[in-house]
Amino acid sequence: MPVPHTAFEATTNRALRVFLHGLPGVDEVGARTRAQDLATRSIKTTAKREAIDMAIRMVDLTTLEGADTPGKVRALCAKAALPDPADRTVPKVGAVCVYPDRVATAVEALRGTGIGVASVATAFPSGRAPLEVKLADTRRAVADGASEIDMVIDRGAFLAGDYKKVYDEIVAVKEACGSAHLKVILETGELVTYDNVRRASHLAIHAGADFIKTSTGKVSPAATPPVVLVMLEAVRDHHAATGGRVGVKPAGGIRTSKDAIRQLVMVNEVAGPDWLTPDLFRIGASSLLNDLLMQRTRLSTGTYPGPDYYTLD
Amino acid sequence: MIFDYAPAPESRSVVRLRDTYDLFIDGEFTPAEGGGSMTTVNPADETELARFAVAGEADVNRAVAAARRAYDTVWSRMSGAERGKYLFRIARIIQERARELAVLESLDNGKPIKETRDVDVPLVAAHFFYHAGWADKLAHAGLGPDPRPLGVAAQVIPWNFPLLMLAWKVAPALATGNTVVLKPAETTPLSALVFAEICQEADLPPGVVNIVTGAGGTGRTLVEHPGTDKVAFTGSTEVGRQIARSVAGTGKRVTLELGGKGANIVYDDAAVDQAVEGIVSGIFFNQGHVCCAGSRLLVQESIADELLPRLKERIGRLRLGDPLDKNTDIGAINSAAQLERIRELTDAGEEEGAQRWSPSCELPSAGYWFAPTVLTGVSQAHRVAREEIFGPVLSVLTFRTPEEAVAKANNSPYGLSAGVWTEKGSRMLWTAERLRAGVIWSNTFNKFDPTSPFGGYKESGYGREGGRHGLEAYLG
Repeated sequence: MPVPHTAFEATTNRALRVFLHGLPGVDEVGARTRAQDLATRSIKTTAKREAIDMAIRMVDLTTLEGADTPGKVRALCAKAALPDPADRTVPKVGAVCVYPDRVATAVEALRGTGIGVASVATAFPSGRAPLEVKLADTRRAVADGASEIDMVIDRGAFLAGDYKKVYDEIVAVKEACGSAHLKVILETGELVTYDNVRRASHLAIHAGADFIKTSTGKVSPAATPPVVLVMLEAVRDHHAATGGRVGVKPAGGIRTSKDAIRQLVMVNEVAGPDWLTPDLFRIGASSLLNDLLMQRTRLSTGTYPGPDYYTLD
Repeated sequence: MIFDYAPAPESRSVVRLRDTYDLFIDGEFTPAEGGGSMTTVNPADETELARFAVAGEADVNRAVAAARRAYDTVWSRMSGAERGKYLFRIARIIQERARELAVLESLDNGKPIKETRDVDVPLVAAHFFYHAGWADKLAHAGLGPDPRPLGVAAQVIPWNFPLLMLAWKVAPALATGNTVVLKPAETTPLSALVFAEICQEADLPPGVVNIVTGAGGTGRTLVEHPGTDKVAFTGSTEVGRQIARSVAGTGKRVTLELGGKGANIVYDDAAVDQAVEGIVSGIFFNQGHVCCAGSRLLVQESIADELLPRLKERIGRLRLGDPLDKNTDIGAINSAAQLERIRELTDAGEEEGAQRWSPSCELPSAGYWFAPTVLTGVSQAHRVAREEIFGPVLSVLTFRTPEEAVAKANNSPYGLSAGVWTEKGSRMLWTAERLRAGVIWSNTFNKFDPTSPFGGYKESGYGREGGRHGLEAYLG
């Protein structure tokens, strides 16, 4: 189990390979079984209420469409600041996540709310662009006021075994981020095996990621429970080895309160309760928020209001 | 932030307990002739659940006679396809009454509802479905063109998986055309008596299944009864020896599924997180009341210092408490006597020099409870490495080479189960070939399936249950 105990210094492909291929393997059947077992936890009453509010605070409310207009982004920001106009006790979401050219609009719309703007960058979602383009993409988003950058790794390089290219790009983007937090998207649906997910997680962590994120949302499967499990194990092991804490962000396919609560149970029992904060766990989602709001209302009133009682933005 | 799971108890209302339960003989519930009775308690809080009849010699005679009659006049003459229909019907009723059976089993045994709901009861139904399918295909089981049933089977089962052990015994016996007299354990008779109701509901011909409750005396009377053709027993090696002696020379067929001291071998290249899960499930599943439990962890010395903190951290997350709470991982110990035995052996381990560790966990004040426990620094000479504890106590030993792992794993009077954890296929096969154990799990543990034969080497017993091999135990 050679998780290194000091900050990673390897810069050669060979050293990276030795490190990544020396990580303990992941047994697929076992990982799935563990995730399924955790999914049977029954979260009721007070625990459910607590979990729903926690999940709302962790939502990165996201719109990543070619059709995103300033109007659409402003509407999303309004929703982020006031998720349920009928209930002012609902907490604010974690952040709003948009494309780089919509950052300025979002920053303007969220001024005074305390909600940060996250921006995907680095030629999202494929990442198939020269490094200069990715860095320019990142710098522009940061310059426009993004406080968090969600970059994509070069999956082609990773699958070709060119770990150094992946590592160097993360280091370079991290530098371009300045004080903005860096979330590194692994796009686990393209890495396919849990061994790859574990290796990419550690590679990203050692290159300086503040968060590791499952997916772009453009590839299926996305944030499956076993993938999130393996990533939570990676941040847990990194913490045990170095004391450093890296966050995890599942994104894609988490649509219901039940899904979100299952994620929180995994965080609680795999990485530990210290990770149950928006500083270390986020959920990339859009339609999830309304389901959380609906369940929240049901817990306090005992009935489900119809979907028309929740805003669509 | 602390994420406290609120209590999520499964409702007891689905179970309607009677005050007293009679014996089930010849299709009817009937009182014991001697009028004797015993009480079964909920081990989680020591409250009385019900009284049940204690069968004496006359009752066992009646039951065996009813089984013989049913065998001669109905069951052995019925076509396999017809027998299969009854078994399918029983399996379906078990599924329909799954929640009731799960709650009842949890109440009577102390095991968590999560396990009765997701493991015990689904496996019980699966065993009946599986054997229902065999009933009309016995000519194709590789046991000759026309294998014949043996007659009346005397079956005695333990308290750790009350209904599942019943299914392991009853389903193959009935599928092959035998009739049975079954004695459940005295601390867990209730699910067998509800099974008797299910037999009635399925219109099973009277006498095909008879259930006599009682303690060791009833079991001995049944096993020694001259009117049976087959004895099947699951339980302790000590009682197994007595049974082997008592049936010697009688011509009865015997299968014995006895104790174990399963080795769980973790090599240095194992998938560590899944190995930790496997170790935990290997010893803490069903509070360690599992004959095939992985009670000896053999970990390669080079990774022991890294593995053990992970294991302890994981054990610290186990939730012990109310068995009916859906979030409970560890329930109650089945009886005061068993709790005493676990305490005695664990203390002995400490006295012999092992280091004892348990997570900080509050035990309920009433009921029989034992915190999950790890003993490190155990050597082959210690009692806790040799004797079956049958509780949530893991003995940790180390090894240096694959040869040593196999030698230590096999260095036990038992040979029921073993687990091997390595990502290297050739080492997996090399190890499995050399282990003398009835079941060897590869990168997993405590996985059960009706298609897979189960049974032991050496003092873990003889004969196989489940799968095609299990049919052989009931066919002549």
